[in-house]
Amino acid sequence: MPVPVNAELGQASELFMLLASIAYMVALVFFVLDLVKSSTTISTLETRLARADAPARTLAGVGARGTGSTSAATVPATADDSMDYGAGPRRGRARIAVALTVLAALIHGTAVVTRGVAAHRVPWGNMYEFCTTGAFLVAVIFLVTLTRKDLRFVGSFVVGLVVIMLCAATVGFPTPVANLIPALQSYWLVVHVSIAVASSAMFTITFAMSVLQLLQTSREAKLLAGKADTAKFLRLVPSALSLENLSYRLNAIAFVGWTFTLMAGAIWAEQAWGRYWGWDTKEVWTFVIWTVYAGYLHARATRGWTGTRAAWLSIVGYLCIVFNFTIVNIYFSGLHSYAG
Amino acid sequence: MRGRITPRRIVIEGKGTVKQDVSQDTRDRAGAAGAASDVVLPSLGFFGTLRWAWTQLTSMRTALFLLLLLAVAAVPGSLFPQRPANPAVVTQYLQDNPDTGPVLDWFQLFDVYSSVWFSAIYLLLFVSLIGCVVPRAIAHFRAVRSKPPRTPRRLSRLPVYGTLEVPADRAREAGLTPSSAAEQAAVLLKKRGYRVDVRDAGTDRPSVGAERGLAKELGNLVFHTSLIGVLVSVAVGGLFGYNGQKVVVEGDSFVNTLIGYDSFSPGSNFSDDRLEPYSLRLDSFDVRFDREQESHYGQPLDFTAELTTQDGPGRDEEQQVLKVNEPLSIGGTNVYLVGNGYAPVVTVRDGEGNVASQGPVVSVPSDGLYTSLIVIKAPDARPEQLGFVGFFLPTAFVDEDGVSFSRDPDPFNPQLNLNSYYGDLGLDDGTPENVYVLDTENLTELNSRNNDAGGIVLGVGQTYDLPEGKGSITFDGLKRYVALDIHHDPGEVGALVFSTLALLGLTASLFIGRRRLWVRTGEHPDGRIMLEYGLLARGEDHRLAAEGQAVGKLLADHWLVASGTTGDHREQEAASSAAGSGQSHHNAKDN
Repeated sequence: MPVPVNAELGQASELFMLLASIAYMVALVFFVLDLVKSSTTISTLETRLARADAPARTLAGVGARGTGSTSAATVPATADDSMDYGAGPRRGRARIAVALTVLAALIHGTAVVTRGVAAHRVPWGNMYEFCTTGAFLVAVIFLVTLTRKDLRFVGSFVVGLVVIMLCAATVGFPTPVANLIPALQSYWLVVHVSIAVASSAMFTITFAMSVLQLLQTSREAKLLAGKADTAKFLRLVPSALSLENLSYRLNAIAFVGWTFTLMAGAIWAEQAWGRYWGWDTKEVWTFVIWTVYAGYLHARATRGWTGTRAAWLSIVGYLCIVFNFTIVNIYFSGLHSYAG
Repeated sequence: MRGRITPRRIVIEGKGTVKQDVSQDTRDRAGAAGAASDVVLPSLGFFGTLRWAWTQLTSMRTALFLLLLLAVAAVPGSLFPQRPANPAVVTQYLQDNPDTGPVLDWFQLFDVYSSVWFSAIYLLLFVSLIGCVVPRAIAHFRAVRSKPPRTPRRLSRLPVYGTLEVPADRAREAGLTPSSAAEQAAVLLKKRGYRVDVRDAGTDRPSVGAERGLAKELGNLVFHTSLIGVLVSVAVGGLFGYNGQKVVVEGDSFVNTLIGYDSFSPGSNFSDDRLEPYSLRLDSFDVRFDREQESHYGQPLDFTAELTTQDGPGRDEEQQVLKVNEPLSIGGTNVYLVGNGYAPVVTVRDGEGNVASQGPVVSVPSDGLYTSLIVIKAPDARPEQLGFVGFFLPTAFVDEDGVSFSRDPDPFNPQLNLNSYYGDLGLDDGTPENVYVLDTENLTELNSRNNDAGGIVLGVGQTYDLPEGKGSITFDGLKRYVALDIHHDPGEVGALVFSTLALLGLTASLFIGRRRLWVRTGEHPDGRIMLEYGLLARGEDHRLAAEGQAVGKLLADHWLVASGTTGDHREQEAASSAAGSGQSHHNAKDN
């Protein structure tokens, strides 16, 4: 028998959520400032280097170019391709941004946990909770990845998406804390939805990286063609190839998660609705997403489909996820209509 | 020991994820197709053309194309109503769109998942998949049985490469020769999970070929094969399964026979002797609504059906509980609680004063407050048949405009609001009729909000006498009913087993690194034993460089036990590459 919900704690959770959003906003500002500032620093450095380098290069001729007298103009990306921490100028603003993100994630985590405690269940039973818990996972996965790789360049995108998700939750799907309807009272809610949200969070990060990869690819092509660098902030971003490789690794993990989501969903559907697969709109779109990312994995092993095309598939897959979560949940009638 | 034994050089030229070999699988798969399409071929002949088509179909490019096509083809099924799920909505759609509807129907857009084009795509995809998996399985079988591949001439060309040397005095102490070094390296690598093969033992340059991670390809094959298994299981379910629906009112029973069902859809190979004649009776049905929270007041919290079941005639009765998410397994079927509502108990007397109809009438809820549509038919009424249509309201309330509505899902003030009709109900000619619809075309209106007699409003226990002495209607009481789905799917277990296998296979194929490793040994004229090793990945493997370092350390630790070469490899790498290719002495510092 469901226990009555704790409405006061639910309100406290909403306050925490608001505080977390504000903290994320400030972190976002610092991430953007870092991009701008670092870009300027590098520009100044480059100009100085170019001036000092110019006579030497004239003397050395063409032969010296490839051998590592790193004149900045010939190097498309200045970020470290291994994405490890280490050399490079101190990025104070980025450090503040990460610290703020950690703070925001802590508040956010408190909000998510109190929401669950207030409702006496897992905090993913309606759209508001999918959004807020999902955004929390995006932040956590991003921060966990940051401990191993220097992905701060993608921070403004990821934190920006987190802010958008929190706004969507509070503005688009505000729902006071409540008990679950009988259809959702199952332990499969814990399994199926948590893995779905976690995989989506990972796809969110790879989406950001794939967008950057496309930008970087076009910039690299431009520079190779000898044109001017119009997107200087991308010098903070590793090369397109490194981005592709890292997002492949994350996508592979997320794809396994999504496969599991699909299976757990089928098992739950069998228990709740009497069939494991019935082409319900939500099932259709989960299948479409699975197929697109399966296509992505195959594309990575197909000549002519690596790089830009694979990145596009990753982006299309993510757009399908967004579509599945928003349009399908709200406008398509189906068995998954739990928007309330 | 300090400074005595020094590993002179551990160079790992890691390149992170190894890109150039990613296309290995591509070559396996698409190589032939790519080559064939690049050149203009002379006439192929019939079999040549077939072979060409087969190579095209089984190429990775085609598989990728079909996958993406499948994703696109699945979308219309979510945009248009589908017959298998919602036949009534499709009929309505066709009525509402007489121009476009039939065109869409011709393209099978209301039966997307059984349509010719959707089936064609996934069947082609599976043929392509089989065409890919079979040769790969054969190749893998051979690879498992054969020895690790021969040692490349120049290991230094491999993406990850390292060298190592055992000082002359140390080698002499341990009696180390190039061959024994290779043997020992092989033992070490075997312990690390490599399968190994020592070749050229006894020569100047013996070497070890090693390979690990064959489970990666095995996982890949298991994944793809399991997908075929899932498809077959789905087909088995479609052929031999069945499902049906039954509405059961409190106190009533259901027997698992064809006539017991309200609606029934058998699989293509169904025969009715497959039905086990179990029975179940709905003793009671309890519903709880949220009464605590204003925002979700009246939202359902719990549905519980108490059943008495019997596995067959003459068997023992058993008490069971059926809930949403907790199906009941009985007689080879699963019984699901998929809906519920109210069944007002109504007695209709005809113009001659006889009981024409009596019992619970199932009403169909139209909203969360259980405002329900109800149709009552009394074909036995004389001299005229009687029909009623209207609403059942669990908690009736009248707003300022005089319109009745339900304020709560629980029956605090149950009320029937009906119009009545007399005439020919159209049931006598044997045409199947929807019990939830009253066709009023051939009927004459008796009661309605719009005529002088007004509508019928009945509370529990009340009776209303129809105008013109046509009879009467009594609202005797209220029962609840449950809507049950009864399913039998023999393919279900197969689908679960195969999809679980697919998940395991997928995990193995994505996260196991398949690596080849070679170690070659030799002796310097001054007595030093020199080792070089190289690694190569098949498929994506971002941990290849780390593996190279680990293997380097393993070998170094083995022969240079006390050397303490556990320093930061990255530092060493940086230092040694700074020192160029020559002998570096930097490790003395580390020690």
